[in-house]
Amino acid sequence: MKQKKTLLTVIAILVLFLGVFWADQTLDSYKMRILNLCAIYVVLGLSMNLINGFTGLFSLGHAGFMAVGAYTTAILTMPDVVKGQNFFMVPMMKPLDTMHVPFFLALLIGGIFAGVVGYLIGAPALRLRGDYLAIATLGFAEIIRVVFTNLQSITNGALGLKGIPESSNIWWTFGVAMVTVLFIGSLINSSYGRAFKAIREDEIAAESMGISLFKHKVLAFTIGAFFAGVGGGLLGSLMGTIDPLMFRFFLTFNILLIIILGGMGSITGTIISAFIITIGTEALRFLDESMTIGNLVIPGISGLRMVVFSALLMIVVLFFNRGIMGTNEFTWDRLFAKFGKKPLVKGGNKQ
Amino acid sequence: MNLLKVENVSMIFGGLTAVKDFNLNLNQGEIVALIGPNGAEKTTSMLAVSGILKRNPGSVYFEGEDISSTEAHKLVKSGISQVPEGRGIFPNLTVLENLSLGAYLRNDREQIKKDRDWAMDLFPRLRERSGQIAGTLSGGELQMLSIARSLMARPKVLLMDEPSMGLAPIVVEEIFRIIKYLNKENNTTILLVEQNALMALLVSNRAYVLEVGTIINEGPSQDLRKDEAIQKAYLGI
Repeated sequence: MKQKKTLLTVIAILVLFLGVFWADQTLDSYKMRILNLCAIYVVLGLSMNLINGFTGLFSLGHAGFMAVGAYTTAILTMPDVVKGQNFFMVPMMKPLDTMHVPFFLALLIGGIFAGVVGYLIGAPALRLRGDYLAIATLGFAEIIRVVFTNLQSITNGALGLKGIPESSNIWWTFGVAMVTVLFIGSLINSSYGRAFKAIREDEIAAESMGISLFKHKVLAFTIGAFFAGVGGGLLGSLMGTIDPLMFRFFLTFNILLIIILGGMGSITGTIISAFIITIGTEALRFLDESMTIGNLVIPGISGLRMVVFSALLMIVVLFFNRGIMGTNEFTWDRLFAKFGKKPLVKGGNKQ
Repeated sequence: MNLLKVENVSMIFGGLTAVKDFNLNLNQGEIVALIGPNGAEKTTSMLAVSGILKRNPGSVYFEGEDISSTEAHKLVKSGISQVPEGRGIFPNLTVLENLSLGAYLRNDREQIKKDRDWAMDLFPRLRERSGQIAGTLSGGELQMLSIARSLMARPKVLLMDEPSMGLAPIVVEEIFRIIKYLNKENNTTILLVEQNALMALLVSNRAYVLEVGTIINEGPSQDLRKDEAIQKAYLGI
């Protein structure tokens, strides 16, 4: 049974691989970009779900961590000439202007920096609970953004960075997304994951089980920040240009939308809803343009498509408050159970 | 020697003294009850013992060692386990997952499995419900799960906060039977915080009577049962 499941997993990964290969060969650049964004949002959604969904810490600092990752990756991959062109107001700080590393390493360093920032923010802020934590993390994210706007010689301030080498391609984004899914999936199923969920459910009880609240909260927060940084790095190199305004609260809200729609505490749900939201955002683009219904001409209202998502969010919160998947996951066992091949017998029965 | 000794613990919240000069000791193999009416700060005293609430001033000794400044989550490892008030079950996890979390600090997989079976033998209802989400259990089952979960840590001392709260009399009897059984067969030392003074005095060896944050009486449970003031106030005789 176990071998069979492993085989199925391998087959699924191969199918995904072939799918990516097919997409790479046939789809045009517009569609490819959407697919890339989907994969990046899977990474971002999972990283936020680890903090908000699995560990139950209501954090709104994601845009800040992404900014750290995106800027680090961009600065470490941009060629010297482009850096010179970018920093025409104030020259770039000394060792940075000639520093570069391969894309993969840059992503990793970006993630690590974001993780360190996450740790530094988390250590004091995680003493707060609920809404207070949300406000504090939101504030920290804004602080990061404002600092980046003013570090002219490192980040080029409000001008942003242009001409970032577009190293993200579908292999990178889907590859990173898969690694993230596997990592967070196995983390959640480890004893750490159980501790995270216990903290989400009841802090006092978790503590009386011998779980160190502080250690586990900071751990979840740091890992979440790490993957947010990696996702930010991917996003920056996909866009080719970043500036501080990209990393406003709106970005955090988008990811929050994904995890709430998908189900707080479900990896499968996050993956599904990352695709739905990202593709939906593009598919609903017609709403922003002027429309003609019969004789009626409606002028274009930019941002109308976001109204759809806001409405969707309200509907989810009011009527399906556990999202698409709740806290359930897709597993082979569940699939078998659904098609009635094997009854679910797990644990509890004395053999 | 006392297994657990609490010395002059006070709990002060924002200038208000909730618990004053709390002294308690627990000998190996005893059941000690802490009884008192609503608002007597029974739960606060309990949380002070387990360190979940910060004690200011006062010391707690466990097996002769000063554990006053040990963090709450580290006490589990040294052998103090708690059945929190209101059960503290993780509602969205299954019964099995809840039980496994009780053994969170242990690494001996085989033995954990055996202990889990033993705990489910103790509470057969839990075996029937093992795959179920804990939030769907009844009050009595939740209490059983809470006790079973805290036993998974293999505690030397079990702190139980109101195990009878909100349960039907027949379930209460069952819970107290288990408490007695654990004490006798498993040699677990138990500190029992209870509002149900009658039951608590029946199962315990000794008892402390707490009123508005101060211990007003203590002694062997048999003697306390005969004490007129206690009969009047708590036993309704």
